[in-house]
Amino acid sequence: MNRTGADIFVDALVKEGVEHLFGIPGGVILPLFDKLYDAPIQLVLTRHEQGAGHAADGYARVSGKVGVCLVTSGPGATNLVTAIATANFDSVPMVAFTGQVKTPLIGNDAFQEADITGITRTITKHNYLVKDVCDLARTIKEAFHIAGSGRPGPVLVDLPVDVTLAEHDCEYPQEVDIAGYKPNYVGNPRQIKLAAEAINRSERPILYVGGGVILSGASKSILDLATKASIPVTTTLMGLGAFPEDHELSLQMLGMHGTAYANYAIMASDLIIAVGARFDDRITGRLDSFAPDAKVIHIDIDPTSISKNIRVDIPVVGDARGILESLVEMAHEADHKEWLDLIKAWKEKHPLTYERNGLKPQYIIQQIHDATNGEAIIATEVGQNQMWAAQWFTYSRPRHFISSGGLGTMGYGFPAALGAQLARPDAVVFDIAGDGSFQMNIQELATAVKYQLPVNVAILNNGFLGMVRQWQELFYKRRYSGSVLEDANPDFVRVAEAYGAEGIRITKAEEVRPAIDKAIASPKPVVLDFHVDREENVFPMVPGGEAIDKMIGGMA
Amino acid sequence: MRHVISVTVENKPGVLAHISSLFAARGYSIDSLAVGETEDPAISRMTIVTRGDDQIIEQITKQLRKLISTLKVQDLGGADFIERDLALVKVNIPAGKRGEVLEIVDIFRGNIVDVGQKDLVVELSGQESKIQALIDLLRPYGIKEMTRTGSIAMTRGAK
Repeated sequence: MNRTGADIFVDALVKEGVEHLFGIPGGVILPLFDKLYDAPIQLVLTRHEQGAGHAADGYARVSGKVGVCLVTSGPGATNLVTAIATANFDSVPMVAFTGQVKTPLIGNDAFQEADITGITRTITKHNYLVKDVCDLARTIKEAFHIAGSGRPGPVLVDLPVDVTLAEHDCEYPQEVDIAGYKPNYVGNPRQIKLAAEAINRSERPILYVGGGVILSGASKSILDLATKASIPVTTTLMGLGAFPEDHELSLQMLGMHGTAYANYAIMASDLIIAVGARFDDRITGRLDSFAPDAKVIHIDIDPTSISKNIRVDIPVVGDARGILESLVEMAHEADHKEWLDLIKAWKEKHPLTYERNGLKPQYIIQQIHDATNGEAIIATEVGQNQMWAAQWFTYSRPRHFISSGGLGTMGYGFPAALGAQLARPDAVVFDIAGDGSFQMNIQELATAVKYQLPVNVAILNNGFLGMVRQWQELFYKRRYSGSVLEDANPDFVRVAEAYGAEGIRITKAEEVRPAIDKAIASPKPVVLDFHVDREENVFPMVPGGEAIDKMIGGMA
Repeated sequence: MRHVISVTVENKPGVLAHISSLFAARGYSIDSLAVGETEDPAISRMTIVTRGDDQIIEQITKQLRKLISTLKVQDLGGADFIERDLALVKVNIPAGKRGEVLEIVDIFRGNIVDVGQKDLVVELSGQESKIQALIDLLRPYGIKEMTRTGSIAMTRGAK
């Protein structure tokens, strides 16, 4: 039976198990929106396409499913670009559908035309321009497969309007076979054996764990390996929650704003077991002085991550979970007493700390943690808010911390929190924001109100682009060029109320907990406007280009 | 170091763009890139001549493999392979020098494919170094125009 491209599209989404679709309509995408009008899929109408992209991303990070968004051609598609790049950097499974002008007009500078496959070529895992309705079903099948398998990532499918209107008789394919795409999941047994031997020989091993462990569902295997062989564990920003931070073997986050003891430990280690992490420059600091005595085992599903930034001694390409399960079996029990004692001394000597006077952002994060028993899903914006959220909330489970790690996209957290809340309607969701970041997607308050998503936005309002100001204070003689916001910040409480959300202003430490409790209890979205200490800095900090044990500030 | 990388890809629109975008986005250099059909019309072969130290070449081959449209990526650095580049050179013939030029072309086993009043078009195929040598010898006479295909390459059969 012949069906239109639009029918094939909706049928494909249903068969892929899509329950929520984030997007905004426009001219050439109307055939699809028309079919969605009575499809068993919830359309979540955001107020900006970037918001749709981040919401799909947040939904994917929290649920583990592929996030889906749908926008029109031209500006609709280009507005999605930042969200696609964000998802690509952080390996988030996402399929973005964009409308396109009809095929005979492509390349003719038609109204609302943009070469979106050209624009997104290097920020997607793959992209397609569907020129024939006969290819539509197979292309969608491939898109979902590519997005969700191997190292996940965003796939863009560009849909000319005539393709969605054309008719074709086809079934949605059951199987997918792409000649040039066969991700390798099973680690090479010889490499695994070499890794196990290195672990068993090591006296000062450290597990360095990234977001790949969460994607792979390998948290339990990390815990098993760490406890069996007494290996301390540090995580990247993306890896927060992959290992319980209240565990005695946890060193929390490492890197530019990591804990002193995590940075000291990796520098002093004789073996780094990197799992699903990519030795980003925010982690390694100055490369030529990074972990001079350490051999490196690198477990990653993406061969391009291996030996990209640092030379790896024992690469193991494959899915982290299966590889770690083998390593748990092959690893000998060990106590590494001397090594753990040394780390314990560092922990005692250099804990994370801040001065407790006035209204401190760190205190607010701790209070959010305590008020939710550490069970909240935390989304963050980018900058100081992100680093404080990473440092001061104790993460104990995967998929509870969502943040733009690689691209560092301000404006990510709030729409991502909305996607997270849709994925987990039962969960308490907080977006830890700054006054700068929140204003980059503040329009999504309308989306939160419309879909009754009780997300709580905690603005750590210091009247500055805080991280920029911190760098200017430390490295640019306090010349606050372009980083002052307070002279034109809105009254966030009244903005929230204008949208139909709740707003609460907090100016004193003793008001913090009651406001948080009230926000959690409220069925509405709540904007908490915390007027924090304006020039508080994120410490410790490794200045750019320095070795990561050369930290400044915050060292007790 | 110079490397010749042979890549088989699906013969589909946008594939060349995916590959050239990868090189541009990651700052890899392309000395030359030649592309054409293989024995299977659904598959094309690209021969890419690039430069870099071992680590960069390793990244290039891995990044190429990661592209969905690539089927096989082979760095011919270690292999015994045949490499050919084709050049067309329009060279000026100063009065009385025609014989000299013809002699040079003959030594290189080039072909004269067009003869004008004041110029010749020379066709030469061979390794890049051979073509470069001919160009160096013809340059003093005045090269008016030149075009080259870039290298294509193939591994030798088992002996």
